Amino acid sequence: MSQISIKGVKKSYGKSQVVHGVDVEIEAGEFVVILGPSGCGKSTLLRMIAGLEGISAGEISIGGKVVNDLEPRERGCAMVFQNYALYPHMTVRQNIGYSLKVARVPKAERDARVMAVAKSVGLETFLDRRPGELSGGQRQRVAMARAMVREPKVFLFDEPFSNLDAKLRVAMRAEVRRLHRDLGVTSVFVTHDQIEAMTLADKLIIMNAGNVEQVGRPTEVYNNPASRFVADFIGSPAMNLFDGEFDAEGQFLYGKGGRMAVPLLNGVRSPGRKVVLGVRPESVRRIGADAHGAIPAVVDYVEELGASRLIHAEANGSRFVAVDTDMTEITSGMPVHLSIDGTALHLFSAEDGRRITH
Amino acid sequence: MIERSPFFNFVTYLAMAIGAFLVVIPFWITLVAGSQSLQEVSRVPINLWPSSHLWENLQVAWARADLGPKMINSFIVAIGVTVGKIVLASLSAFAIVFFNFRGRMISFWAIFITLMLPLEVRIVPTYAIAANALLPFQAILDVTGISWAVNALSGVQVSLNWNLLNSYTGLILPLVATATGTFLYRQFFMTIPDELVEASKMDGAKPLEFFVDVLIPLSRTNMLALATIMFVSSWNQYLWPLLVTTDRANFGTVVMQLKALIPAQNGTPDWNVTMAGALIIMLPPLLVVAFMQRWFVRGLISRDK
Repeated sequence: MSQISIKGVKKSYGKSQVVHGVDVEIEAGEFVVILGPSGCGKSTLLRMIAGLEGISAGEISIGGKVVNDLEPRERGCAMVFQNYALYPHMTVRQNIGYSLKVARVPKAERDARVMAVAKSVGLETFLDRRPGELSGGQRQRVAMARAMVREPKVFLFDEPFSNLDAKLRVAMRAEVRRLHRDLGVTSVFVTHDQIEAMTLADKLIIMNAGNVEQVGRPTEVYNNPASRFVADFIGSPAMNLFDGEFDAEGQFLYGKGGRMAVPLLNGVRSPGRKVVLGVRPESVRRIGADAHGAIPAVVDYVEELGASRLIHAEANGSRFVAVDTDMTEITSGMPVHLSIDGTALHLFSAEDGRRITH
Repeated sequence: MIERSPFFNFVTYLAMAIGAFLVVIPFWITLVAGSQSLQEVSRVPINLWPSSHLWENLQVAWARADLGPKMINSFIVAIGVTVGKIVLASLSAFAIVFFNFRGRMISFWAIFITLMLPLEVRIVPTYAIAANALLPFQAILDVTGISWAVNALSGVQVSLNWNLLNSYTGLILPLVATATGTFLYRQFFMTIPDELVEASKMDGAKPLEFFVDVLIPLSRTNMLALATIMFVSSWNQYLWPLLVTTDRANFGTVVMQLKALIPAQNGTPDWNVTMAGALIIMLPPLLVVAFMQRWFVRGLISRDK
């Protein structure tokens, strides 16, 4: 049985609708990440689960119980906020224990539970400090401890690491992963950072402009993006996307006179069909000029990444990004030849951007 | 100020010294006059140096104006008004800022507009209400015909009456509403981040728990600043206590007793006793300001975060 069930949920503020009918099932113990660009409605969806926003239409149930009309405190969710939202006048101990105090848990039990939770996130020596005396990472831990102490059915994270520096973010990511493994509590995590999303998620929900674009395991989303938006959004550097159509011989025409043989796309190569062809930069290789099917291109600029580099090149009026591990000297303006791995092509409809299966 | 030349420093210190002098001089004259004997205080020109009769003058003033019980009355009224104002102001600001209800802006502006209606302007209607606090309800019953109906059906004459004159309730309650305080609290509450409200909701706190556990501690400096102003202003109330207390002996306040200390037209011109009495009467607000000054400045000017 699914732990959280979201059916046809919509949200509008006055006349403007920001979430247009979301249907998602979240299994018990799953770590779900909602990923999308800012303003896509991901935080709104999370806040509707939490009960901090009303639900305009549809139904959300948690643990089999419809929660549409329940107060946040009755839903069994705990939340970690973007800006920590710690009570500035309370010590760490009081911050963590506040929900238990409100729930009239006896002092002795409260102290024991606060201590246990503080230990699990490494805060036991900071219990008598105020949030103002803590670093960003420590505050984030307090916020997590505060969520954990209630032993909730569901954890909700609203972009919790966006105020931390890159290194701390990686450390906290590992911490969250570990806590989830230890506690096994269903978690919903909202972020706009795709690396965070890919590394944390059991299940990824990609949202765009108030709609769910795709739901799936991270590798599934990466390897089989369901739409042009997902293809473009997931993966760094972003996927190469070419607008074009097929000619009578089944070749793909793109850019200014570009022509590509796509033998594996049998069946969908109806002449004149407008499509978008996608290929990941790691499936674009630099090859010798005389190789079969080589696309002559001119290097625009090169990004050095250390172990590899990204070649940004132009061919037939279209831009290509290729991952290159051969470290011979390449400079702007140099001619190169690129080849595309024919087995790693993605095809999307030009009209609605949905994936065309082949 | 960015400029820091010796000349500029001199000018600022001079301005400050003149200001301080102007503020302190009336106190000094009060103190000097209060410490002189009848002969000394009647001398022309007046001697501006204290003499040795302060203690006896204080004793005479204390006895003549019956300041002991009146002090207690003043404290009851001033503290009652201060506490009442803070409770009412913080709760109404809480309602206005954190609850989304119809007429929320109307309520706010209605409160705000009363800033333009000080007690002196509405003293007659306020007195009428104090004379019978249930008067508005009686009016409603009369206008709607309910009292007529009750009278016709049961023969009982409906006459609601709750007299607040000559009582602490009457001295305190009409002064408790404060637009200034509500506004101050509203401004402070609006600086509280939404996330804090939401965090407390997620923690399971009900609105009043959030109010008591989070808002009140966070607004402590504001509260003390407000308390200082309110205590001083209610201690200094003269017109209202004068109006609602006919039983001066039991419900008079010290500020009203100042009148009793002023020499009668053909009586002994013992201004030394009057001044000594004034010293006693102004002492409590002075002490409150002195103790609260630190909080007072912080609460009104900056956020301590």
